[in-house]
Amino acid sequence: MSLLNSLSLWAVPGMLALIPLWGAIRRVPVYDTFIEGAEEGLAIAVKIIPFLAGMLMALSIFRASGAMELLAEAMSGVTGALGFPPEVLPLMIVRPLSGAGALAVTADLLKTHGPDSFIGRLASIMQGSTDTTFYVLTVYFGSVGIRRVRYSAAVGLAADLVGFLAALYVCQWFFR
Amino acid sequence: MMNLVWLGLILAGVAVAAATGKAAEVTDAAFAGGKLAIETAIGLAGLMALWMGIMKIAERSGLMEGLAMLLRPVVRWLFPSVPRDHPAIGAMLMNISANMLGLGSAATPFGLKAMQELQELNPDKETASEAMCTFLALNTASITLVPGTIIALRATYGSVNPAEIVVATLVASVVAGVFSIGLDWAVRTALRTRGR
Repeated sequence: MSLLNSLSLWAVPGMLALIPLWGAIRRVPVYDTFIEGAEEGLAIAVKIIPFLAGMLMALSIFRASGAMELLAEAMSGVTGALGFPPEVLPLMIVRPLSGAGALAVTADLLKTHGPDSFIGRLASIMQGSTDTTFYVLTVYFGSVGIRRVRYSAAVGLAADLVGFLAALYVCQWFFR
Repeated sequence: MMNLVWLGLILAGVAVAAATGKAAEVTDAAFAGGKLAIETAIGLAGLMALWMGIMKIAERSGLMEGLAMLLRPVVRWLFPSVPRDHPAIGAMLMNISANMLGLGSAATPFGLKAMQELQELNPDKETASEAMCTFLALNTASITLVPGTIIALRATYGSVNPAEIVVATLVASVVAGVFSIGLDWAVRTALRTRGR
């Protein structure tokens, strides 16, 4: 386990050193290229502000009113049986629908519970182990005019569910 | 769908607030949410710039092509209905490699190109082919080597070790990916034996 933890610990410094080094070996103008990519990164951060504003506002209302507690209580039978903390339920609902929306829900969970809490870590892993199934289906099939998607939607949603479960068990295994 | 979820969150929140007399708390929370959006975006902006800058170097130095070469035999094996040297294979490989490196914006154009190429091979232009379903199964369970945006978000909220979730995320996403491909194969095989 300590090997895996140090692998996580060194993933970022390793990439920060090795990727520019590899780029330099391949004769890429590393600094100019970095600046070009950084501009795109800034654009992404600006682009998600409306999504963040919309979702964080809605989630804050939902939480401050006490509705989140009611939902958590109502669903505790289902989420509890699988071992999920009910707080991550909104993330499970939004994740297949909207990538930026799900990022906003994760931001809300990290802010409320702390990024190093169990819920914070679980939300981070869930976000990374699943994808925006409906969005991908709509855009990809839509682009070539496919109307009957057959079993793809079911397979994608089942994969999301398995991704959530895998995130839960891996999180318990790594961080408890 | 997102319209319903969003509206539902707000209406349910306001309805519960009306029942419990928490109108003031809800007003404060709504404004705090908007403020938090900007604070989060500002924290995230610098880190996303850093991350996307590094990944741009990865893209330019041929890391995507390298990964694509490693994955070629696997992808050929996953798509028996696509001819070995069809351009669809190349486009799918670039899409999968970009996804694995977390280069979402680079992945989509290759993904759309792959769909076009697969459509050329598709006998029924309105119904998804088997290869398309497999490609989508692979795509919706995209395996991420390093989830840069999430690490940046965790750092924004003051995590002691923002990258500690890297290996855990990789393990969970591989499990989901293998399941997705397996399920796609099982459904495809079952439908074939039933002659559909």
